[in-house]
Amino acid sequence: MSGIHARLQLARTDFALDVDLQLPGHGVTALFGPSGCGKTTCLRALAGLERARGRVQVNGAVWQDDDAPGGSARWLPTHQRQLGYVFQEASLFAHMNVQRNMEYGLRRLPAQQRRVSLEQAVDLLGLGALLARMPHTLSGGERQRVAMARALAASPRVLLMDEPLAALDAARKAEVMPYLERLHRTLDIPVLYVSHSLDEVARLAAHLVLLDKGRAVAQGATAALMARPDLPLARGDDAAALVLGQVAAHDAHDHLLTVAFGGGTLQVVSTRAHVPGEPVRLRVPARDVSLARTLAQGSTILNLLPARITHLTPDGPGQTLVALDAGGTTLLARITQRSCQQLALGVGEQVFAQVKGVAVVD
Amino acid sequence: MQLPSLAPDDWAAIALTLELAGITTALLLALCTPLAWWLAHTHSRWRGPVGAVVSLPLVLPPTVIGFYLLVAMGPNGFIGHATDALGLARLPFTFPGLVVGSVVYSLPFAVQPLQRAFEAAGRRPLEVAATLGAGPLDRFFTVALPLARPGLITAAILSFAHTVGEFGVVLMIGGNIPGATRVVSVQIYDHVEAMEYAQAHWLAGGMVAFSFVVLMLLHWLQPKGVR
Repeated sequence: MSGIHARLQLARTDFALDVDLQLPGHGVTALFGPSGCGKTTCLRALAGLERARGRVQVNGAVWQDDDAPGGSARWLPTHQRQLGYVFQEASLFAHMNVQRNMEYGLRRLPAQQRRVSLEQAVDLLGLGALLARMPHTLSGGERQRVAMARALAASPRVLLMDEPLAALDAARKAEVMPYLERLHRTLDIPVLYVSHSLDEVARLAAHLVLLDKGRAVAQGATAALMARPDLPLARGDDAAALVLGQVAAHDAHDHLLTVAFGGGTLQVVSTRAHVPGEPVRLRVPARDVSLARTLAQGSTILNLLPARITHLTPDGPGQTLVALDAGGTTLLARITQRSCQQLALGVGEQVFAQVKGVAVVD
Repeated sequence: MQLPSLAPDDWAAIALTLELAGITTALLLALCTPLAWWLAHTHSRWRGPVGAVVSLPLVLPPTVIGFYLLVAMGPNGFIGHATDALGLARLPFTFPGLVVGSVVYSLPFAVQPLQRAFEAAGRRPLEVAATLGAGPLDRFFTVALPLARPGLITAAILSFAHTVGEFGVVLMIGGNIPGATRVVSVQIYDHVEAMEYAQAHWLAGGMVAFSFVVLMLLHWLQPKGVR
């Protein structure tokens, strides 16, 4: 059976975790929520580092089943759950060099179960020059890359990552991020990624679980959840819709990238080289989308998309959050209550979304 | 080089002292590693009392330790009963008795550096090892123990040095039998009693030099801010 199923219950004096997660068995799933919401506890319970009650099954392998009938209840200790875990701090073994750190998990795995080679892990994370170095001579970003490679080299059935970038400064984050993306694209290992950064989630995750106070508030496709007006993600100042499209054209002279998606095309400035057909994620902030009844002429705004209003929700004093359907993709617009009344906007009506700000997520 | 001032019985005392310290250190490391591990990681309510008992030899006068050990090893003591039941000779005034006394006397000097080293390494490296497929014993020998190496070395050096410097406990339970229980510190005492100050100087000066070297070794072996 494919997929990851985790039903976990754990009670502490000041906190209770109670989740029932049905997650895809491939790609990146983000566990997202404010600090203290139980993301890390949930991940640790999945790994068997915390003793929670319930059931855990990962792509067919049952790691834990406390309610199995007839004395067949089981709880595998962490070292028997073939998983990879990347902690917030790299936590390399200080008494081993990079290569021996990476071989630690690999050597404990029977040869016939090895699906990732040491060379592959070294290449993916660009560690070729660091193999003989000791952990204390590495930079923070390098250490975290070694930790990721070490987890990968153990050929895990699932890779659990607990805010692997949170302890790094912006420059180190930017250094590690491309490796993370490459890793997800290259290997067919499902990843559970704990984060409290919406940016990271938008960039990496296809699937999203929203946690709050130890419970899963919502789970589903990242783009769909980010644009749902009833969830807190669409309520923050940085609320944005995620548009998944492909490169249609790239004008190198004007640095203008044209991205096609279900609702039409969006044009965005990008200095990077792009290949036609390449998948692109765009982030369209709600505050940068305005609405018009008619197609404006002589405007500097490049992006005008026909869309249908699906939700109108009051959003703070004097503001209205509008959810729009643009050919199957949800966009968000934050407009003033006054404009909403003047245009007499209503659910189901056709409008033009004027998109002033849009950014490639990378 | 000739050392005319050290008589054969001085050399015998030195050999006996080194033998006692060596055996005691080996026993202490074997005994204290699991004990220190337990103290570093347990949440048991016995942690406090056990820690206090382990530290008692730090504050008790050696004569008190020696007195109770002598009573316990005697015909009516629990150690005496045990040695009788096993068909062994009684321990007072024997070399094995000295070893038991030294182990008790130097216990905190082995446990505390080990415990601090295990605590400093923390649980995280063990968790990482578990996620990489290492079972409990595997984790202990490949991660916990190597990370605690500075503590292990400190524990060994301190145990050895402290046993070499032992006097009160030895006199209480070992007496002063040449070749069996007469260690260097007792030999010095005998020389002084007999007004043989020159010979006392040789042994006492040797102890000063030995202690200095030990402390320098400890200083050099401290890990120098690796992190």
